[in-house]
Amino acid sequence: MDFNDTPEQAKFRKTCREWLEKNAKHKDNASKEPSFANKDILEEAKLWQKKKYDAGWAMLHWPKEYGGIGASPIERIIWANEESKFDVPKGIFEIGLGMCGPVMMQYASEEQKERYLPPMAEGKEIWCQLFSEPSAGSDVAGLRSKAVQDGDKWIINGQKVWTSGAHFSDYGILVVRHDPNLEKHKGLTFFFVDMKSPGIEVKPIKQITGGSSFNEVYFTDVEIPDSQRLGEIGDGWKVAITTLMNERLAVGDADGVDVEDAFRWAKTQDSLGEPLLNNKAARSSIADWYCEKSGLKNTKLRTMSALSKGDTPGPEASITKIVSAGKLQDIGNFGIDSLDMAGMLKTDDPDIKKFQMAWLGAPGMRIAGGTDEILRNIIAERVLGLPQEPRADKGLAYKDIPSGNS
Amino acid sequence: MNLDFSDDQKFLQQEARKFLDKEQTLSRNRSVLENSNKVDKELWKKIVDLGWTGIRVPEDYGGLGLGHLELCVIAEELGRFLAPVPFSSSVYLFTEAIINYASDEIKKDLLPKLVSGEVVGTLAITESFQAPTSDNIETLSENGTLNGKKIGVPDAEIATHTIVVCKTNNGISLQLVDLSSSGVTVEHQENIDESRGHFSIAFENAKCDLIGDDGSGWDLYELLINQVAVLFAYEQIGGSQASLDMAINYAKERYAFGRPIGSFQAIKHKLADMYVALTLAKSNCYYAAWALSTNASDLPSASATARVSATKAFQLCSKENIQTHGGNGFTWEYDCHMFYRRSKLLSLNIGSLSNWREKLVISLEQSNIN
Repeated sequence: MDFNDTPEQAKFRKTCREWLEKNAKHKDNASKEPSFANKDILEEAKLWQKKKYDAGWAMLHWPKEYGGIGASPIERIIWANEESKFDVPKGIFEIGLGMCGPVMMQYASEEQKERYLPPMAEGKEIWCQLFSEPSAGSDVAGLRSKAVQDGDKWIINGQKVWTSGAHFSDYGILVVRHDPNLEKHKGLTFFFVDMKSPGIEVKPIKQITGGSSFNEVYFTDVEIPDSQRLGEIGDGWKVAITTLMNERLAVGDADGVDVEDAFRWAKTQDSLGEPLLNNKAARSSIADWYCEKSGLKNTKLRTMSALSKGDTPGPEASITKIVSAGKLQDIGNFGIDSLDMAGMLKTDDPDIKKFQMAWLGAPGMRIAGGTDEILRNIIAERVLGLPQEPRADKGLAYKDIPSGNS
Repeated sequence: MNLDFSDDQKFLQQEARKFLDKEQTLSRNRSVLENSNKVDKELWKKIVDLGWTGIRVPEDYGGLGLGHLELCVIAEELGRFLAPVPFSSSVYLFTEAIINYASDEIKKDLLPKLVSGEVVGTLAITESFQAPTSDNIETLSENGTLNGKKIGVPDAEIATHTIVVCKTNNGISLQLVDLSSSGVTVEHQENIDESRGHFSIAFENAKCDLIGDDGSGWDLYELLINQVAVLFAYEQIGGSQASLDMAINYAKERYAFGRPIGSFQAIKHKLADMYVALTLAKSNCYYAAWALSTNASDLPSASATARVSATKAFQLCSKENIQTHGGNGFTWEYDCHMFYRRSKLLSLNIGSLSNWREKLVISLEQSNIN
């Protein structure tokens, strides 16, 4: 066991770091907020993405012809690891690059890949994912938006929901039902769509936090050329699953306060005349969160070790979101609770704001990209090999599946 | 970056698993639990013959001179099969203490015999129904003799020697006692996991030899358990994995309402939570194993992290394995209770979960984690 880079990895890390040092600022641990907190995050993110693209770092594991440098999985991790030490914008391109990119790479024509992948990597064109619907969340294959073929194009009608970034996206990947007479999973077809197409209407959804990062997207007689179909007619579920597998990698750690913040806070916050850190219950919670945080970090190191040796990593990484989202919610609650009655009050204190935002935002993390419950099902079925639940909709034509009052 | 065991270490682990499986170690555990022998001497002899007692003992003293990582993989397998042998008492606690703290004269005498099985050691610290501290230890060593009584000492019957944490004029010290010497009385005490016998040891003017500096005993004890906590944690993740595997197999085979119970989300989610706890613990154990094998500066927090998460994992996996088995899980006949018992034994030996959480936070305060 060791934590050393191989000579090649060390050389690569040095190259990453040298470029980052020239082009970005180190994270300042003392400062409570990222430097671009009050700027136009979209513009800042595009500028950073373009800078990375020009130097080959934007999608380094992609082939050269699409804007990458053909980096290995371990080099990709080394880059991410180094980039995370710098004060740079995040949260705009993850879905496009993490989910839409791979699906285009696998299913689009050569011409389309050359047209769409480089601007996606460059951050010039932003992509979103149009899967969930009001009546199809965890059971996403139950979606009902319709596609009707009309010559060499398709006419789309229906509604998508929880679409992160739809309000600033240029393109989206879309799964819709082309035949309600087939079984649920068999009647789906996959497309990519120009978000500026006539008939698309995007309405932001106000979230618990007060912010609006996701949207409802309405489709009224929207035309999509058949050339923008990804996969065969009826292969929509297969293509969607490829994307969802990538989502599990794209939606990783829940961002926000962590055990270090709880620890630092507990050292100074008063609890009935003593530092909160002297409180037995607080100490016990901090110990458990530290074990969870270390457990996730060390799990990543095991994954890296496997990649580093050219092995396929085990399924360990599937625990990341369950553990980190729950921890985020609990730590947010811990910070607020320590303020006693005043914990209700909004304030400019950046520490208190962070705990309150974590508590308000964590419920979303426990749902987005697979709910806690769906992720437990995935672990139970795919990792532990337990049998699938018998389904009430098996063998039925989609149109005959009971849908309650939704 | 290589947070993984070497091919040789993995091979050693596989061989250990094959051996313990072939020896029907779980049945042996049941047999010890049900009979009055308190230890499986035959299995212990075979383990000694395989050389596992000498893994960490330097070659100059007749051992194999290997590292802690080799001991970690063995510990995981012993935990998986609930081996009813004094390995943790003799190899982790006693042998490590002798290697780290004893004079060369004592090392020359004891280490070759620990390797050959002629000497078996244990460690005696508890005196009453509360956690031992440097303030509540009463057993007293004066002028080379020891007086007092220890309780709940694991494996003291098969042990030939013990290290005693006791009081002297200079504070707390470690004393080595030959259990066959006069003035030593060992008596069996019933305990929750009879597959590992627990005993009281009374000392009446018993002859003893100082190990380490006089008065530094408490620090040496703390240092020792910071190291061996990693090995205990490996036994715990072995037991967790075995409990989870048992629960998975049962959930696939047992039918209710016309379907395998493992198809119900109530069971799936329970087993997924066990997997999550085990994965966190296992990854923390890997890191702690590295920290132990390199004597890294963050060993105190790394070992406490491994210990806390492995204790939690084994407690969760062993109790939910019973729950998954329903009424069968509560019977003596099924093996579930043996894992439940061992999880408690391993979680209390070298100190309880709440005390290890406290140790972890203290180590974070000392290293200032932010």
